[in-house]
Amino acid sequence: MKRLLGGFLLLGIVLGPLACGQKGGDLVIGEYGSLTGPTATFGKSTNKGIALAIRHANEAGGVGGTMLRVVTEDDQGKPEEAATAVNKLVSQDQVIAVLGEVASSNSLAGAPICQKAGVPMISPSSTNEKVTEVGDFIFRVCFIDPFQGAVMAKFAFQSLGLTRVGILRDLRSDYSIGLAGVFRQTFESLGGTICADESYQQGDVDFRAPLTAILATRPQAIFAPGYYTDVGLIARQARDLGITVPLLGGDGWDSPKLTEIGGKAIDGCFFSNHYSSDDQNPVVQEFIANYRSAYDEVPDAIAALGYDAARLLVHVLTVMHTEDPDAFAVLVGGGAGREKRQAAQRKLRDLIASTRDFPGVTGSITLDERRNALKPAVVLKIEDQKYTFVERIAP
Amino acid sequence: MQEFLQQLVNGVSWGGIYALIALGYTMVYGILRLINFAHGDVYMVGAYLAFYSVGWFGLAREGGVGVAGVVLVFAVAMLGCAALGIVIERSAYKPVRRHSKLTALITAIGVSLLLENAGILIFGADPKFFPQIIESRTIRMPAGVVITNHQILILCCSCFLMLLLQLVIYRTKVGKAMRAVSFNRDAASLMGIATDRIIIFTFAIGSALAAAAAVLVALTNPKIDPLMGLLPGIKAFVAAVLGGIGNVPGAVVGGLLMGVAETLVAGYISSTLRDAIAFSLLIVILLVKPSGILGKAVSEKV
Amino acid sequence: MARAERGGGTGGGAARRILTSAWLWVPAALLLFGLEKGLAAALNPYVVRILILSGINIILAVSLNLINGFTGQFSLGHAGFMAVGGYAAAAFDVYVGPYLGPGMGLAAFLISLVIGAIAAAAAGLLIGIPTLRLRGDYLAIATLGFGEIIRVLILNLEFLGGARGFPNIPPRANFFWVYLAVAGCVVFHANLIRSRHGRALLSIRDDEIAAESLGVPTTRYKVTAFVIGSAFAGLAGGLFGHYLMYLHTNSFTFMKSIEVVIMVVLGGMGSITGSIAAAIGLTVLPEALREFREYRMVLYSFLLIVLMITRPQGIFGTREIGSLWMKLRSRRSA
Repeated sequence: MKRLLGGFLLLGIVLGPLACGQKGGDLVIGEYGSLTGPTATFGKSTNKGIALAIRHANEAGGVGGTMLRVVTEDDQGKPEEAATAVNKLVSQDQVIAVLGEVASSNSLAGAPICQKAGVPMISPSSTNEKVTEVGDFIFRVCFIDPFQGAVMAKFAFQSLGLTRVGILRDLRSDYSIGLAGVFRQTFESLGGTICADESYQQGDVDFRAPLTAILATRPQAIFAPGYYTDVGLIARQARDLGITVPLLGGDGWDSPKLTEIGGKAIDGCFFSNHYSSDDQNPVVQEFIANYRSAYDEVPDAIAALGYDAARLLVHVLTVMHTEDPDAFAVLVGGGAGREKRQAAQRKLRDLIASTRDFPGVTGSITLDERRNALKPAVVLKIEDQKYTFVERIAP
Repeated sequence: MQEFLQQLVNGVSWGGIYALIALGYTMVYGILRLINFAHGDVYMVGAYLAFYSVGWFGLAREGGVGVAGVVLVFAVAMLGCAALGIVIERSAYKPVRRHSKLTALITAIGVSLLLENAGILIFGADPKFFPQIIESRTIRMPAGVVITNHQILILCCSCFLMLLLQLVIYRTKVGKAMRAVSFNRDAASLMGIATDRIIIFTFAIGSALAAAAAVLVALTNPKIDPLMGLLPGIKAFVAAVLGGIGNVPGAVVGGLLMGVAETLVAGYISSTLRDAIAFSLLIVILLVKPSGILGKAVSEKV
Repeated sequence: MARAERGGGTGGGAARRILTSAWLWVPAALLLFGLEKGLAAALNPYVVRILILSGINIILAVSLNLINGFTGQFSLGHAGFMAVGGYAAAAFDVYVGPYLGPGMGLAAFLISLVIGAIAAAAAGLLIGIPTLRLRGDYLAIATLGFGEIIRVLILNLEFLGGARGFPNIPPRANFFWVYLAVAGCVVFHANLIRSRHGRALLSIRDDEIAAESLGVPTTRYKVTAFVIGSAFAGLAGGLFGHYLMYLHTNSFTFMKSIEVVIMVVLGGMGSITGSIAAAIGLTVLPEALREFREYRMVLYSFLLIVLMITRPQGIFGTREIGSLWMKLRSRRSA
C-alpha cells in the first residue's frame, strides 16, 4: 500500500508542474539544433547567429515594444531527438515560430510536426529540397541542393577541367545523398564521367575501404558532400592511402573544425558555401564586426544564415505588428483560443511567404513559391588551413 | 588485384585491434564465464587516458615525439586501465559472483552504461581529436599497395603483445594458475591457488591490452568519443566467440577473420552492411560450431 | 502446434478465459474512450506523450517478461521485433493505406497494427527456432546479434527510408488505442501464465532438463513464448511509429533492447505487475529528471549495478499485486 501511495505521489510531483500552462507577455520563438554531437558546430554557430540577431532586435526595443525570447532545444544531431525537441517546442513551449535545423535529416524530422501544428518553421541552412516540400508552413533562407550540386559539378568540369570524378556519399544524411545525386546528374550531362560511387555512414571512423575502392578507378577528384567531422578524417585517410587528388564538397564542410580535423590533408580542396568572409560588401563586414565583438571569432556561413533567418522573422513580425495588430496581439498573449491562434499563425506564415528582396548577410533573400530562397553560391578553396574565395556563381 | 590486397591490408590492421580487445574478453570469460560488457568501455577509457596524457606531458608537437613519449602514453593508458579493470571487478563483479549468470550479465551491462555515461559527463559528448604523436608516413609496397607506419605499428604491437601473453600463460606459474582456474575454479582453490588474485590479475591484463588497442586505434583513426567502445567491443566479443571463447589463439584468429571480413564487405558490397557482417558471422558460428573455430566442444552434464 | 495469435492465446483455456470476461471489455473500452476524450484532451500534450510512451513500454516490458521472466530465456533482441512491427505497420499504412479508399484511415491503422504484430511474430519464429537451442550467455548474444542484423537490414531498405528514416506516418495512435492495447496485453499475459501452458513455461524456466524428461515439449513452448513476445513487441512498435509520425532505426538499437531488459529486471522477472510498474517508472523518471540530463544516465546505471548486487530479484520479484493484496487482507484479519 505504501508503495502504491509513493508511486502516486511521485506521479503527482512529476505531472503537476508539467501540466501548468504558459505565461504570456513576450514573443516566444523556438530553436532546435545540434548543440552536441558530431555536427555540434552547426548548432552552436546557428545559435550564436540567432542570439545576436535577437539581441539586436531586443536592444532596439523589440517588436512594437514586445521583447523576443528564444527557447533552444538540443537534438544531439539525431533525427529522432529533433522530432522530440520540436514536439516539445510546439506543444509545451507554445512557440509562435521555429528556427531550425541545419542538417536536412533533422529538419525533415521536425518539419512534419510544425506543419501539423500550424507553426511556421524557417530553416537557416537545410539545403535538401524535400524539406520545404513537407508543407506550406516550412521555409528556408538558403539555396537548395539541386542548385548547389549543379554549382559544384559545373565548377569541377568547367573551372577545374576535370572529366573523371569519384563520389563518396554519407548514407545517413539526406543532404549528402541529395547533393551527390544532383552532382552526378549534372556532371554526367556536361560530359564528365563518374568513375566511382561509394558510401559511408556518418560516425564511421574508418573510411579506408570505400576510399580504396574509389582509388582503384583512378579519379581526378573525389566529391565528398558530407559533414565536416567525417570529411576531415576522410581527407586524412585518403592521403594516407596515397590519394593525392583534391576533394570537393558542399556547405556541410563549413566549420572551423574542418581544418583542425583534416590538417594538411584538407589543403587544396574546394567546397561550395553560402557566403565568404572575404566579401567586401559593407553589410557583410558590419555583421562580421558585430559577431566578432560579441563572440571573439569570425562567423562561418552557418552563423550568418542563422542570423539572417532570425532577422527575417523579426522583420516579418514587425510587418505583422503594423498590418494586423490583432493577430500580433494573439501571438504575444498566451490565453487566446485555439482557432484565433491558428489564424494568427497562418497570417504569420503568409507574411513570411511574401518576403521579397530582404537584405540578408548571405545575400538578398526572396522566397519563391516553393518557399526556397534564390541566392548565389560561392566556391571556396582551402589553402594553408584558411578559406580563400575562388568564384561566385549566380542561380 | 591491387584493390583486393589493399583492402586486405586495411582489414588485417583492424583485425589486430579486434584481436587485442578480444583477448581481454576471452580471458575473463574463460575464468569467470562472464561476458564482460564493460570491456569495450575500458578500451574507450584507455583512449581518453592516452589523449589526456599527451596533454599533460606536452607531447602534442608538430612532427611527432620520440619513442620515450610514445611509450609513456602507452604506459599511462595501460596502467590506468588495468587499475580500472581491477576496480570494476572488485566493486561490481565480485559481489554478484554467487548470483545467477543473468544477474552478472546485467551487472556487466550496468557497468558498461555507467562508464559510457560517466564518460559523456566527464569528457563531453563531442568527439575529440587525438593529436598525431607519431607522424604518419605512407610506405609504398609492391603491387601498388600502400601501408602507413601506423598500420605497421599496429601489426607489430599486436603480435608482440599476443606472443607475450602466450608466454605468460604457458610458460609461467601465474599462467598455469590462470589455466587451472579457468578449468575448474573450485578445484583450483582447493589446490591452494589464490583464485581471487588470479582473477584480479586476469582483469588487469585484459584491460591493459584493451588500452593498448585503444592507443593504436587513436593513432590511425584519431576521432575519440565516449561511445567509441560500444561497437568495437561487441565485434571483439564476436571475434572471441568466433575463435573459441576461452581460447587465446582463438581470439587472435577470430579477430583477424573479423577485421578482414568486415573490410572486404565494406569495400566490395556496402559500408552499411559492415556492422551486420559481425553479427552474421556470430550467428553462423553459434549455429554451426558454438565452441568456435579453435574451441573444443563441451557437453553438458545433466 | 500452438499458433501464436494476437489476443487468441495458446489453446482453449486462455482463450476461454479472455472471452468469458468479454463483459468487462465493453465498459473498459468505454472508460478508455472517455479518458481519451476528456483527460487526454485537457492535459498538456507533453504529459499525454509520457503516458503514451509509458503504455508502449508496458507492452514491451510485459511481453519481454514472458520470454525472459516466465520462460527463462534471456533475449536481448526485443528492439529488433519492435522495429519489424513498427516498420511493417508504417509501410502498410503509408503505401497500401491510401488504396483502401477515403475514410478508411482508421481501418488502415488497425490492419497495419495486426500486420506489424504478425510480421514481428514471423521474425520471432524465424529467429527463435535456430537460436533457442542455445543456452544462457550464448542465447543472449545471439538474440542481440539478430536484433542488430534486423536493424541493419531495415537500414538498407530504401523504401523504408534507409538511413534517413521513415517520415509522414499518419498519427493515429492516441491514448485510447494505446491503452486498449495495454489492457489486452496485460490480460492476455496474466491469463496465459495462470493456465497450464503458463505452468509449462515456468517449469522450463525452473529446470529445463527436468521438464523435458517429464514430457513437456520444451522446444515447442520456448519457441511459442518467443513468438508471442515478439508479436506484442511488434504491436508496440506499430503504435510507436503511429505516434511519433517518424521512424528511424536509431530508436531500435540494442540500447533499446537493454532498456526493456532493465525494466523487466527492475520490476522483477516473473512479475507482470513489476514489469508494468517498472515500465511506467522508467519512462516517467527520466523525463522528470530532464534538467539533470547528464547526471540522470550515470545515476541510472549506478542504481542498476547496486540493484543487481543487493536485490537481483527486482522490486516485485515473482509476486504480483494480487498476492500483495492477499497478504494485506490476511494480515488485517489476523
